[in-house]
Amino acid sequence: MSANSNLTLNNKLVENYDVVIIGAGHAGCEAALACSRLGLETIIFTVSVDSIALMPCNPNIGGSSKGHLVREIDALGGEMGKNIDKTFIQSKMLNISKGPAVHSLRAQADKQQYSKSMRQILENQEHLTIKQGEVCEILWESINNDCCGDDNSKNDTTVINSTNVSAYTSLADKKIIGVRSYTGTTYNCKAVVICTGTYLNARCLCGEAITYTGPNGLQAATHLSDSIRNMGIELRRFKTGTPARMDGKTIDYSKLSEQKGDERVVPFSFSTDPESVQKEQVSCWLTYTNEDTHKIIRANLDRSPIYAGIIEGTGPRYCPSIEDKVVKFADKDRHQVFLEPEGLYTDEVYVDGMSSSLPEDVQQAMYRTVPGLENCRIVRNAYAIEYDCINAKQLYNSLQFKKVNGLFAGGQFNGSSGYEEAAAQGLIAGINAAMYVLNREPLILDRSESYIGVLIDDLVTKDNREPYRMMTSKAEYRLLLRQDNADLRLRKYGYRVGLVSRETYDNLCEKEKQIKDEITRLKSVMVGANKQVSEFLANHNSSALTQGVSLASLLCRPEISYKDMAEIDPNRPELKDDVIEQVEIELRYEGYIERQKKQVEHFIKMENRKIPADLNYDDVPSLRIEARQRLKEFKPLSIGQASRLSGVSPADVSVLLVYLERGNR
Amino acid sequence: MINNETIAAIATALSESGIGIIRVSGPDAVNIVNKIFFNKAGKQFLLSVASHTINYGFIHSLDDESIIDECLVSVMLAPKSFTGENTVEINCHGGVYVIKRVLLEVLKAGARMAEPGEFSKRAFLNGRLDLSEAEAVMDVISSKSESSLKASLNQLSGSISKKIKELRAAILYEIAFIESALDDPEHISLDGYNDRLSEALNGWILEVNKLIDSNKNGRYLRDGISTVLLGKPNAGKSSIMNFLLGNDRAIVTEIAGTTRDTLEEYVKIDDVSLKLIDTAGIRETENTVEAIGVERAREAAQNADLILYVVDVSSDISHKDIELIKMFPDKKGIVILNKNDLINNDAAKDNNILLSLVDNVNGYPIINFSTVTGTGFDELRNIINDMFCSGLIKNSDQIVITNIRHKECLEDCLTGLMNVRNSIDNDMEEDFYSIDLMDAYSSLGKIIGEEIEDDLATEIFSKFCLGK
Repeated sequence: MSANSNLTLNNKLVENYDVVIIGAGHAGCEAALACSRLGLETIIFTVSVDSIALMPCNPNIGGSSKGHLVREIDALGGEMGKNIDKTFIQSKMLNISKGPAVHSLRAQADKQQYSKSMRQILENQEHLTIKQGEVCEILWESINNDCCGDDNSKNDTTVINSTNVSAYTSLADKKIIGVRSYTGTTYNCKAVVICTGTYLNARCLCGEAITYTGPNGLQAATHLSDSIRNMGIELRRFKTGTPARMDGKTIDYSKLSEQKGDERVVPFSFSTDPESVQKEQVSCWLTYTNEDTHKIIRANLDRSPIYAGIIEGTGPRYCPSIEDKVVKFADKDRHQVFLEPEGLYTDEVYVDGMSSSLPEDVQQAMYRTVPGLENCRIVRNAYAIEYDCINAKQLYNSLQFKKVNGLFAGGQFNGSSGYEEAAAQGLIAGINAAMYVLNREPLILDRSESYIGVLIDDLVTKDNREPYRMMTSKAEYRLLLRQDNADLRLRKYGYRVGLVSRETYDNLCEKEKQIKDEITRLKSVMVGANKQVSEFLANHNSSALTQGVSLASLLCRPEISYKDMAEIDPNRPELKDDVIEQVEIELRYEGYIERQKKQVEHFIKMENRKIPADLNYDDVPSLRIEARQRLKEFKPLSIGQASRLSGVSPADVSVLLVYLERGNR
Repeated sequence: MINNETIAAIATALSESGIGIIRVSGPDAVNIVNKIFFNKAGKQFLLSVASHTINYGFIHSLDDESIIDECLVSVMLAPKSFTGENTVEINCHGGVYVIKRVLLEVLKAGARMAEPGEFSKRAFLNGRLDLSEAEAVMDVISSKSESSLKASLNQLSGSISKKIKELRAAILYEIAFIESALDDPEHISLDGYNDRLSEALNGWILEVNKLIDSNKNGRYLRDGISTVLLGKPNAGKSSIMNFLLGNDRAIVTEIAGTTRDTLEEYVKIDDVSLKLIDTAGIRETENTVEAIGVERAREAAQNADLILYVVDVSSDISHKDIELIKMFPDKKGIVILNKNDLINNDAAKDNNILLSLVDNVNGYPIINFSTVTGTGFDELRNIINDMFCSGLIKNSDQIVITNIRHKECLEDCLTGLMNVRNSIDNDMEEDFYSIDLMDAYSSLGKIIGEEIEDDLATEIFSKFCLGK
């Protein structure tokens, strides 16, 4: 059975693949690489081969909490971290004045190099076919789901992350059999990953001027939405925006403050040799808006498509346009503006902090009030873009649609924003499409072990009314989810899935052991208040000892580093910097880490309280009507997940707990 | 199913006045009562009455249709009732026996006898009460004194919930502020934030401490002040006990001890109760070796809140008395100089020297007492009130924590807050505060059931299945 098609084509070409990826942005690339690297025949569609891994908005990768995502993608065997390590032109560890949990890496990319380099990776990947063209129809057939009976649902003793395959397929009434392109070719396949980003029925707005194009003037995808709707999937409209690009030759840099990269660059990828990323870097530049800027914006708000009501989609609160900032923070007399080079190949400069959908004349006047931009010439106008996406509540945490077996989705199509968020979802959607085809258990990361888990869980359980952006505040257990330990947290999953090699995994295990051993050693080696130690402490402005202490407790003094202690610790083993870093963090923040682990224990208990997939919520007495509706609609797999659903109160969850408890008695 | 059964129980304490209410709750409550409730004309009519009405009629026996009692029956349909279910209340007037008969008819008509606390359990499960309110109902059921009842009723009316919610909201605001500043450092600055948080933190710590402290008093309120009478044989312990009991005969209850072989007798002293522990060994009823008596007395006194040390001033005061008192240096106590009425001036002189020895042992105050004239009773009352209720009952608005689970949650909350205090003092970065603020926030949430607990189901079952 297939969805309606109003195309009459005589093309009867048929090709066979395991997995079809729709879209070759940051999500699509990770999805395609994951599937093909796992040995599945994979085809990736893009409206333009020249726009593979395009960065149509900001010219950087990483940043607060997004840097965590890139590290996690890398730990799982994804490509984004490696690719930015090859193509960055400036790199900086952010928030180093704060605790290690919020340190975050951000690198400026050479946009063209980034895109080209990723394209090469895709082209050289075995089992992967790149195809320029628009997929306009997803093909499916009905399935009889009587089979999801009792024997599959009795899995309540499972540990987290080893949930039964059937728990993620039992609600579906359809399954994927292929896709059809605009030109009429049928591609048979077992799984499809939708990564259409901002392309579906896209509309760009620059004041009153509206074009029906995707980002950066590229062709929009206008046919697929109907086919998706025909499968019973609901679509909605979101919007996002991008600032103008300036001709760098027209910027007066003498008025700006220079923002240099770090002297010692830390690579994103755990596999990148740190020495290979020490290179000459370019600078970014900081300036500010002022009252004149704000006056112009306020005077022209009625010409902004959002404020004039032309845009129906909802924009991101945390990546606001300059109009939104001026309205929301009316009491601020200035806002930061970062001028960032788009690459080494061009003079174009990205005006970070001033995205806008105001008309061209207002844009020019507004930008020219900013110090340094008085005489600027705009190369590309700022614009807002509106597109079709889904409410991700229709997905499992595996990123498969609940209603359609074999249909997965990742990236902005799921209602997120940002390259890193997209890549993370693309990777998980790709891995799980492969797991589905191979009939293996899906990879589900939970909130206590990764930002990716938080990202996906938030997307699929919460009411997101605007594009979802990753933020450190969204991770409850962020002290455990540091960017520095992403490999220790997630390599094992990458290895289990098959994207991380045995050798890499063995190295990781060795690192783990060294950290553990060294912590034990530091806790057991005691130093006394002898002359050598006293001198050492005096030299580091540290208070003298009154009695013997362990090296570990000396290391807890903020003024003393592991490397400093070498002179009073002659018998220490030779350790790599990344091992030392972990030892320092684990010991210094031990109390906090322990307390956070306690919180995680409680969380995991709730996650492990499984709810049978076939639970009939109408049988549960005393649930409030709203909660009953949300639970029926969402069908959470655990008590923990149920407790995070919007519209379900703690009292409702208690009722549910009691009901399940009754069942067990 | 949890609530498919309709339950019934006598909802008021049985007393000889003979007035009592039988509460019936559950989907079939109206149907069941309808079977046995008739109007003057002998017709069943309850199915047709509106919700929240009081209806006059007669309860008939199911077996022979004889009239058992003349009653007022109120009907409250779900969800607007105490339990959130269909509820019928039968007001009976015919005395204890008749009330029990009516209940029997209700049970015959299809209801099941309610377990202790089951109405509260249903109210909780139906979202009519939060956890702390439901627990308050349990406390009301088991209240031992008027103030305890006041504290429980206070809690039932939601004053603890309100206080906890206020504290939680304040903590959440700071968590949100820190998080927003981490997310948007450009627009939300943490400059000078530590001072602001410190101030808020000190306020919270003070409040939580106050609540925890109130528990000590709250326990006295709910359980009574466990009191042991000590003294040498024939000092007059029994007569003092009898005097106290006699003084407040009307509210003395005898509860056969279920956990130990002692009799506990309650004596109301103003707003609190003294739980007089009367161990057989303390009262010298026979010529037992004194050592055994002392040993038992020691045991009882060790577990007591208050020691009343009785001295017979009409005979002699010996060093033995002082030794006995000195055995319990950490306990609150009062020295009662008994048989004050029998004292003559000469004897008093003889005893003066020893009296001065008794004075100030352990800081125990001394009262001249006579069970015959009642001398000293007012003083005793005042001293007990000062010792256990200072500032407590005077202000009826004060929130008293009477529940041990609540106290533990508050202590966890305090630990979290103190950890934040330490983080600030140790110059930790702000992002560390959230971990402990969150702990404090969740601990408070557990009190009112806003925080989901993995063992909540078991907790609820055990909580509501405890006896009255």
